Amino acid sequence: MSTRIVDLRKGILEKNDLLAQSLRAQFARADVRVSNWVSSPGSGKTALLESLLTAAISRGTAAAALVGDCATDNDARRLERSGAPVRQIVTESMCHLEADMIAEYLDGWRLADLDLLVIENVGNLVCPTAYDLGEDTRVALLSVTEGEDKPAKYPQLFHSADVVVITKTDIATAVEWDRDAALAAIRAVNPAAPIVETSSRTGDGVLELLDLLLTPSSITSSPQLQEAP
Amino acid sequence: MHELSVAHAVVSTVIGALPSPDTRVLQVRLRIGELSGLVPQALEFAYDVAAQGTPLADAALVIERSPIVVDCPTCGRQELASARDFRCPACSVPCGNVVGGKELEIIDITLDDVLVGGGVA
Repeated sequence: MSTRIVDLRKGILEKNDLLAQSLRAQFARADVRVSNWVSSPGSGKTALLESLLTAAISRGTAAAALVGDCATDNDARRLERSGAPVRQIVTESMCHLEADMIAEYLDGWRLADLDLLVIENVGNLVCPTAYDLGEDTRVALLSVTEGEDKPAKYPQLFHSADVVVITKTDIATAVEWDRDAALAAIRAVNPAAPIVETSSRTGDGVLELLDLLLTPSSITSSPQLQEAP
Repeated sequence: MHELSVAHAVVSTVIGALPSPDTRVLQVRLRIGELSGLVPQALEFAYDVAAQGTPLADAALVIERSPIVVDCPTCGRQELASARDFRCPACSVPCGNVVGGKELEIIDITLDDVLVGGGVA
């Protein structure tokens, strides 16, 4: 039997990456900052996002959110209380968001009217890492209840983050949160990303995070586009 | 468990690259970086499922892992032992400038040439 080897040299997620690049260009043209929030379920993403959207709207920043969950529109209904436009992406059983879902759910929104779009990914520390959504800032969140070594357990995600957010700091003492150990664990996998400590209950760090997400940056957190030479 | 999505992407990319729909694929070679977040065993399992009933049904999956490589300002390119410590292994300076290890790539495919049509793609 004769065989033939065909060189492909193709990114496995090329389709997603190309769509993400076109979304990134669209976001840049509309001058809207886009962040992709990734964390484990229960880390307080939605509560923090509610505080952030409320703070944004009350100071006149046009913010909107897309929220991904496997089932229910509970999060979208909760976030709508902030007054910001919110859409729920129900992924059924899918464990992460992909660029085509973002493109589909943005339909009908005038991006040029927005200053900030937050994409809340499905709660999962592994799968969303590989999928570029066209964001300019990837945010990894870690709550004080989760254990200081989470960045060491899920290094790929925390490494890929442009900003690391610590949530629920108001209960840090009660859960004996070792802040120094956590910061060291983050720094071991991500030497440079800004770290923001927040509490959605007290509002600590919310405005700091909002300003950071609105800062124009040259960061492209695209995991696939950086090819090895 | 996004390995099934990735496996489907592998299968559809390979099918798109076939010279004709009835070409039989004998082997698919992937490069998966240590920073890609993919588990090779899970991908192999998912691939078997995704390849069923396609020209890849009998194709062996070969996965090559690629290490994490950082570019240290002082020491140049250095391979990291694991994703848990992004310090230059030579000088211990924290180093986030990754130049390798994120690969998720189909390197090549091996086709059964009998059905390729005289080797003309």
